[in-house]
Amino acid sequence: MSSSDVLSFSALAPAYPELLLAGGAVLVLLIALFVKGLGHRAVAALAILLLVGALGVLLLVPADGVLFNGVFVVDAFARFMKVLVLGGAAASLLIALPAAHEHGIDKFEYSVLVLLSTLGMVVMVSANDLMSLYVGLELQSLALYVIAAMKRDDPRATEAGLKYFVLGALSSGMLLYGASLVYGFTGTTQLDQIVKAVVLDTRSIGLVFGMVFLLAGIAFKISAVPFHMWTPDVYEGAPTPVTAFLAAAPKVAAMALMIRVTTVSFGSITRDWQQIIIFLSIASMVLAAFAAIGQQNLKRLLAYSSIGHVGFALVGLSSGTTLGVEGVAIYMAIYVAMTVGIFAAVIGLRTTDGKPVETIDGLSGLGQQRPFTAAIIGVLMFSLIGLPPLAGFFAKWQVFLAAVEQNLFVLAVIGVLASAVSAFYYLRIIKVMYFDEPVAEFRAVPGELVAVMGVVGFFVVSYFATLGGPLAAAAKTAAESLF
Amino acid sequence: MTLPLFFFFVFSAITVASALMVIAARNPVHSVLFLILAFVNAAGLFMLAGAEFLALILIVVYVGAVAVLFLFVTMMLDVDFASLRQGMLQYAPIGVVVGVILLLELLMVAGSFVLAPEVTATAMVPIDPSMSNIKALGELLYTRYIFLFQGAGAVLLVAMIGAIVLTLRHKSGVKRQDVFHQTSRTRAEATELVKVKSGEGL
Repeated sequence: MSSSDVLSFSALAPAYPELLLAGGAVLVLLIALFVKGLGHRAVAALAILLLVGALGVLLLVPADGVLFNGVFVVDAFARFMKVLVLGGAAASLLIALPAAHEHGIDKFEYSVLVLLSTLGMVVMVSANDLMSLYVGLELQSLALYVIAAMKRDDPRATEAGLKYFVLGALSSGMLLYGASLVYGFTGTTQLDQIVKAVVLDTRSIGLVFGMVFLLAGIAFKISAVPFHMWTPDVYEGAPTPVTAFLAAAPKVAAMALMIRVTTVSFGSITRDWQQIIIFLSIASMVLAAFAAIGQQNLKRLLAYSSIGHVGFALVGLSSGTTLGVEGVAIYMAIYVAMTVGIFAAVIGLRTTDGKPVETIDGLSGLGQQRPFTAAIIGVLMFSLIGLPPLAGFFAKWQVFLAAVEQNLFVLAVIGVLASAVSAFYYLRIIKVMYFDEPVAEFRAVPGELVAVMGVVGFFVVSYFATLGGPLAAAAKTAAESLF
Repeated sequence: MTLPLFFFFVFSAITVASALMVIAARNPVHSVLFLILAFVNAAGLFMLAGAEFLALILIVVYVGAVAVLFLFVTMMLDVDFASLRQGMLQYAPIGVVVGVILLLELLMVAGSFVLAPEVTATAMVPIDPSMSNIKALGELLYTRYIFLFQGAGAVLLVAMIGAIVLTLRHKSGVKRQDVFHQTSRTRAEATELVKVKSGEGL
């Protein structure tokens, strides 16, 4: 039993971002409670500062290693995913600011809960043990259930929170059952020890059972079909800024967990989990492409869109190779950026009488009245379809390349076809914005949202020329650190 | 008879007797008080067995918190226990079956030690005799699993914040007593000297 790593502060270097977030969240909570007259905006600004600080620590003083008797690991992959999680969380706090009051989240607890949820996510990303995996997952989810139901006088938000809670509890139960089976059949809970037990022993049916339940529990969190049922209802019911947070950072953390569990713990039985991932991937892509066609609500449509994108990302993972994991890492980075951008636009859309625009028909005439917002939404829609030269194309290119390299041609063909079908509902939004008669006047979009939309728009359009190269290089290092 | 054996018989006799009184006492408050007596004596038994941390926790948590909560509930709810006992005989056979099964299971556990005494030597996690209970627990909770322990603490913090955010409502217009404000009033701001003209009043 070694205790050296908790005795010196410098030995904890890999865990600095987590320590900063944990201490900072408690400090922000105390400041918000005891400093009178501090508005929710000031607390949110402190929280954003803290997230950016953790991001800075992560980027400027990178340290790798295994800590706390093997339950916590930091490698290039964990650092890459943590940057996405922290960035996504900070951006969704920022875009929540201008519309906090009307969405009922103008309380300081919102920022504190987002911080604690983000702490759970970075713990998930760094989990090297079934126990730390579960603690991180619960910390993340519990905070999300609360903020989904935070607008407590709105029956839809309460329903969303309750639905999310009940189904989340169910998925936690499945995950725990799987974890107990894996522990029972391998004799260890540490992810990188499980793989050794699997190699030594010929795989037992109990271990495969445990793995299936474990993957099902995580599939709930990334909302892959057939575990997606909660997604449209929760996305629609929760206040829009909360939906933005739900759609961005937690997906990355759960995807990172999925990748780590499959490639690290079950790397020696790739054939067994590959078929599960391929099924999840095909089901998600196809269902999302067809189910989104009939949607009228913008947030429901985005929910199906996010289910579809999880399916595309899983195409990369189902190859089970370094190239595939690299593709998923790039995909998640671009997905977070596009999600933040599109939700910034949705939060900013309001008619002159102050009503938020939540239906697709409500967008008509946006092209003439708010050309900037309409242009950003248009670019993002093209990017979500995956048209070159926008960022979304490179995301899909990489994952399909990995699948084709492993001779998964059927998967790749279905993916491309699903992508073509999904183009219909993305293009419909562009058609409504630019070619339909206006029904209402739109209010000007607040400055913070314009800034976020501008940055995301620039990133998406200039991806191949600016950030594409460094991002792909970082993703490559990240993927190689796992194999 | 050695001294530990003597204390074992004292504690266990009182535990069994007070456990019997918990279900036999007519007054529910007396039942709870006998329950507390049973807890304290069980703590004594734990102490004899060398589990000093468990003994102290039993007193702190069960006697200090749970039993007092029971006492409050029985005093406040005003349950009519006489009517609850009405159908006792009807359910007695099921109770006997459950009791017999429990007794058999206990005998099987105890019997395994008699039949195979070597089983204690092959424990998965053998007890380290050189270390006290509290040190062993501390080593696990605060050193080996410190990360998970603190993570669980963060989960509880979220639960607390969540419960407050989702249920607390600040009522406006409620008058509250502020003792500091009341006692710090001076005579000058509380009273007013008025000149009253004779025969006119205010």
